[in-house]
Amino acid sequence: MRALVSVRHLTRIFDVSKPWLNRLLEGKPKAFLQAVSDVSFDIEERSVYALVGESGSGKSTIGKMIVHLLPPSSGAIKIEGIDLARDSDRQRVEKIRTDIQMVFQDPYASLNPRWRVRDIIAEPVTARGGKADGLAERLLEQVGLSAADAGKYPHEFSGGQRQRICIARALASEPKLIVCDEPTSALDVSVQAQVLNLMSDLKEEFGLTYLFISHDLTVVEHMADRIGVLYLGRLVEEAPRDVLFSDPKHPYTQMLFAAAPKLDGFGREVEPPKGEIPDPINPPSGCAYHPRCPRAVARCTLERPEMRTLGDSRVACHLAE
Amino acid sequence: MAEAVLSIRELVVEIPTRHAVLRPVDRVSFDIAPGEILGVVGESGAGKSMTGNAVIGLLDRPAHIASGEILLNGTRIDNLTKDRLRRVRGKQIGMVFQDPLTSLNPLLPIGEQIAETILEHLPVSRAEAESRAVAALEEVGIPAAAARIGSYPHEFSGGMRQRVVIALALCAEPALVIADEPTTALDVSVQAQIIALLKQLCRERGTAVMLVTHDMGVIAEAVDRVAVMYAGRLAEIGAVRDVLTRPAHPYTTGLMASTPLASKGLKRLNQIPGAMPPLSRLPEGCAFHPRCPQAAERCRKEPGPTLAAGGGRAACWFAREPVA
Repeated sequence: MRALVSVRHLTRIFDVSKPWLNRLLEGKPKAFLQAVSDVSFDIEERSVYALVGESGSGKSTIGKMIVHLLPPSSGAIKIEGIDLARDSDRQRVEKIRTDIQMVFQDPYASLNPRWRVRDIIAEPVTARGGKADGLAERLLEQVGLSAADAGKYPHEFSGGQRQRICIARALASEPKLIVCDEPTSALDVSVQAQVLNLMSDLKEEFGLTYLFISHDLTVVEHMADRIGVLYLGRLVEEAPRDVLFSDPKHPYTQMLFAAAPKLDGFGREVEPPKGEIPDPINPPSGCAYHPRCPRAVARCTLERPEMRTLGDSRVACHLAE
Repeated sequence: MAEAVLSIRELVVEIPTRHAVLRPVDRVSFDIAPGEILGVVGESGAGKSMTGNAVIGLLDRPAHIASGEILLNGTRIDNLTKDRLRRVRGKQIGMVFQDPLTSLNPLLPIGEQIAETILEHLPVSRAEAESRAVAALEEVGIPAAAARIGSYPHEFSGGMRQRVVIALALCAEPALVIADEPTTALDVSVQAQIIALLKQLCRERGTAVMLVTHDMGVIAEAVDRVAVMYAGRLAEIGAVRDVLTRPAHPYTTGLMASTPLASKGLKRLNQIPGAMPPLSRLPEGCAFHPRCPQAAERCRKEPGPTLAAGGGRAACWFAREPVA
């Protein structure tokens, strides 16, 4: 299968320095936060690729760079073989840009409260001068709302319904790729099930590709075909879903699985994981996970592990086998 | 069973509005024994936080307790004056909220905040209070506690802040802790740490805990008994293993089935049709009947049976008798 998205050596650095006068007075140097470091992966057409990780792992930053809300500091993102940031053919870039859409976490913050649902949904089309007669009504029915809802305002809908409106808006420009950043984290379980089912149905119907960003392993296990695990801005492991869940190779992935609550874990006494995510401004030397890793050896503190291919997995750990 | 730390009897919370009187908590009864963790689950708007807030007397006006009783160690606390309630809250009931940053005073060092609480509620000297504050921080696993009592809340990570809040909730040695979504804002690995800490502390001290959460996984691992709420009413209550593996109320069945964990291997998740109705538009009869696969004529007319403390398990006319 062909890769719809290919990400190579993607890096994003944020300048988190204090204002220059403070630096001058306090004699402090500039501070940089490397949110994403040297991340490479491919997303196959019509598949669901999930990025998982805890807060500060860089998963949302990668999502934003793929939809071009943020420029990368270095590295390249190719969509359908074209690097939108560097390609000089404006028309081609514009065409491919309409192939990418995004669904955000908070359906309360991502809809303009002063716009009618009809205008919200049609905007990706009308903003490019397209015709949108009846488009919103059609899409609303497709996402399980009624055509009559087009004349209403966002406040008239519940959280789950709003997320359906966000999905309808993302579908308006007939995209190939939808980046979903924690699309169900703000929703209740029963509503989450409805929205996830809707997303699966739409994927089949429109031949969509999803980049699914989530911290919830159970949701990822249900949705994804391939999963990348991020820790402190780096990809530590990547594998097809079944391989990752049956045989996690990186100690961080193993810890995540062990720590996640289980529905049948009655009275389970887990040895809680040690430590917390370190300060990303001064990340640990070598493997960033070594201060928390139960298997760390001297080499881990000195040398950063490169991504290696092990069977169907790719893993960045000196000791994984 | 030892005498309950917390007993709630037929609690009703009402919010008068211009059009109607809403009932976010409707005839809820349950007990929590010493050392027991009771989980309260439900979707947003089901009334779980409202129940917790009613117990600690933190209902925002115009919401108020309209009827029913709340007993703490056998003494009624729902009709206390503001001043008396202040002494109960903090001393006998500790609180842990979802967002640790809003539970701490950003302008006071954490040691100061804990010492202040101890001084307010226990008859000890200032020096004693300060050394107890250090001990409390050590107990919740803050590394180098003695060196960090002068630190401000913003100097801690989210997980460490939640530990400080737990230390604060427990420092006056309360009989009951109400934890309202204590791990929802935290990462999985930190969540596991906080849950383990809560379980350990409550086991060691015999503190009763009311753990409000929407995460079924947390419920399964942390609690002894679980209460499921729907549209302000108690839908089901029982031992956690029974409720989760053999739910008696159709809503619990649907809720369990719709978690991705329960649908492992299925292409589509099971879903409950529709959504929980807003309080202003509750259907007649059982509030769940429009979404219920088993609804019959009786459900459309009569609300489900009300669960008494220590009584039946599910507020449903067709509840499957739990297998003994």
